[in-house]
Amino acid sequence: MKIAIASGKGGTGKTTVSTNLAIASVRRGLRVAYVDCDVEEPNGHIFLKPRITSSKAIGRLHPKVDEAKCTHCGLCGEICQYSAIVCIGEKVLVYPDLCHACSGCTQVCRPGAITEVMHETGKVESGMAGTIRFVQGSLHVGEAMSTPLIRQVKGETGREDLGILDCPPGTSCPVIESVRGADVVLLVTEPTPFGLNDLNLAVEMVQSLHLPLAVVINRAGIGDRKTQDYCESKGIAIWAEIPDDRRVAEAYSGGDMPYEYVQGFRAAIDSLLDHVLACKQAAPMAEDEVAR
Amino acid sequence: MSSLVNILSQGSRPVRELVVISGKGGTGKTSIAASFAALARNVVLADCDVDAADLHLLAAPRVVRRESFTGGKRAKIDANRCTACGRCEDLCRFDAIHLKGPGNIRFAATFQVDPVVCEGCGVCAWFCPSQAIDLSPVVNGEWFVSDTRFGPMVHARLGVAEENSGKLVSLVRTTARRLAEERRLDFVIIDGSPGIGCPVIASITGADRVLVVTEPTLSGLHDMERVAELARYFGIPAAVCVNKWDLNPKISDDIEAKALQQGMALAGRVRYDRSVTEAQVQGKTIVEYRQDASAADIRKVWEKLKVLYADNDG
Repeated sequence: MKIAIASGKGGTGKTTVSTNLAIASVRRGLRVAYVDCDVEEPNGHIFLKPRITSSKAIGRLHPKVDEAKCTHCGLCGEICQYSAIVCIGEKVLVYPDLCHACSGCTQVCRPGAITEVMHETGKVESGMAGTIRFVQGSLHVGEAMSTPLIRQVKGETGREDLGILDCPPGTSCPVIESVRGADVVLLVTEPTPFGLNDLNLAVEMVQSLHLPLAVVINRAGIGDRKTQDYCESKGIAIWAEIPDDRRVAEAYSGGDMPYEYVQGFRAAIDSLLDHVLACKQAAPMAEDEVAR
Repeated sequence: MSSLVNILSQGSRPVRELVVISGKGGTGKTSIAASFAALARNVVLADCDVDAADLHLLAAPRVVRRESFTGGKRAKIDANRCTACGRCEDLCRFDAIHLKGPGNIRFAATFQVDPVVCEGCGVCAWFCPSQAIDLSPVVNGEWFVSDTRFGPMVHARLGVAEENSGKLVSLVRTTARRLAEERRLDFVIIDGSPGIGCPVIASITGADRVLVVTEPTLSGLHDMERVAELARYFGIPAAVCVNKWDLNPKISDDIEAKALQQGMALAGRVRYDRSVTEAQVQGKTIVEYRQDASAADIRKVWEKLKVLYADNDG
């Protein structure tokens, strides 16, 4: 079973919930994989402190033009929807940053002057954190497109009992790529106006993908009760409310796991895990599905 | 970069674009950007966090202009003309085409495009032997020009599960800068998005200065380094502000030491203050809500940034 942990708003506690849920699951005897899909700013490693045993470079394709073969017909520039390749007179210019690697230019080029070359955009690393299988992606600074890398990171997951996908914030392409194929999406929010506004956007996104979802309210007690009211009115289950506690913030600050020593926090994560396991039992069909 | 802005503003006075970013989410970008607007008043606000925008919750904009945003295209297969040959499925690099469409007179099923996954490259439409595929522009979102109690604001809303956030960010920025020039305002304050990818790159390229708002956690430190590297990569001067610094004074020191080492300016520290959330619940910026504590700290950060700009000009 794969559970995607996402949020809309950043800094609501996705990584805290993901890493501590991983620890709690191991304690219950489950085989767990933690997968950091936030390739722009991966932070799970700070808390799980994995031993990385494998690292591979990941790239994406972009066109390379052989000027000797090029007839300057301009078809490549015509098919490209992203202005990533343009033919001006006797010159063909390629802008790799704009390329989506659709292969259109390569396909239309009659003299076969265009080939695709790999350009490294990041890396996928994996290893073990105790008995937790750990996978993360890391986008090279200056690269704009994270989705192809996220796809690769998710491809590294095995057949553990529980795969925890720690997703990036927001509601657009990188998040959609991260949550696609998950059995359930858990939205972590905080009970503030910003938290609620972005929760609503995230709920719309998850529902447009037709994925089941549940909510975790972090720092319960700050702000107002509008988040609870919202979930009730939309018929969205709240799987856990994590009480606001300065000790949790301090643990996070130093890279520690509050599950180990903050009672209220531990209880909330344990009850969250109960919900996850109940959901897993209710949907045994999804067991062998590999998220794509 | 300010010279570039000069040229773009066609000889009128320079407009400064300050982009507030963070790497890590939830460090206080929006609360701080809105506070700057409340302090400065001669600004245009731009919310470039187009897929999780929150600035409007503090700025309470009254929309005066509303436009739809068309950033990309999407393929659509005409089930009546599809001959189920599968060429489109073979060519699609995004796994967006499957034999899941309705049948027609000759075929039990036809090919169909998954609109969420389609990146609008048009390769399928180009090569379809039956010309059954149409590639058309799609509306990816909306953008707005509004009035607020601080001045004009440009903001946007990306449609649900839509792409092209980078293009929408560029559109919001261009509109905001033009507005600042027209109304002879000094600053465009841009509330950026978390991360280091496409929307962040679109919100910082060509700006005068980046303010990195971070928090004293190991994650905050880690992410600040990556976002600082990004600013350097694009040659934009950066300053760092440590928000909630007293939650971990040791890491706050580390962050500032690291920032100096990486050639960034220090814009100051803001203390942890629960009244920031109280102000947010009331739809106010913290500097409107109270005078002391974090509000006083933010005022100092804004003054410091103005000094940094003045030094730049001198």
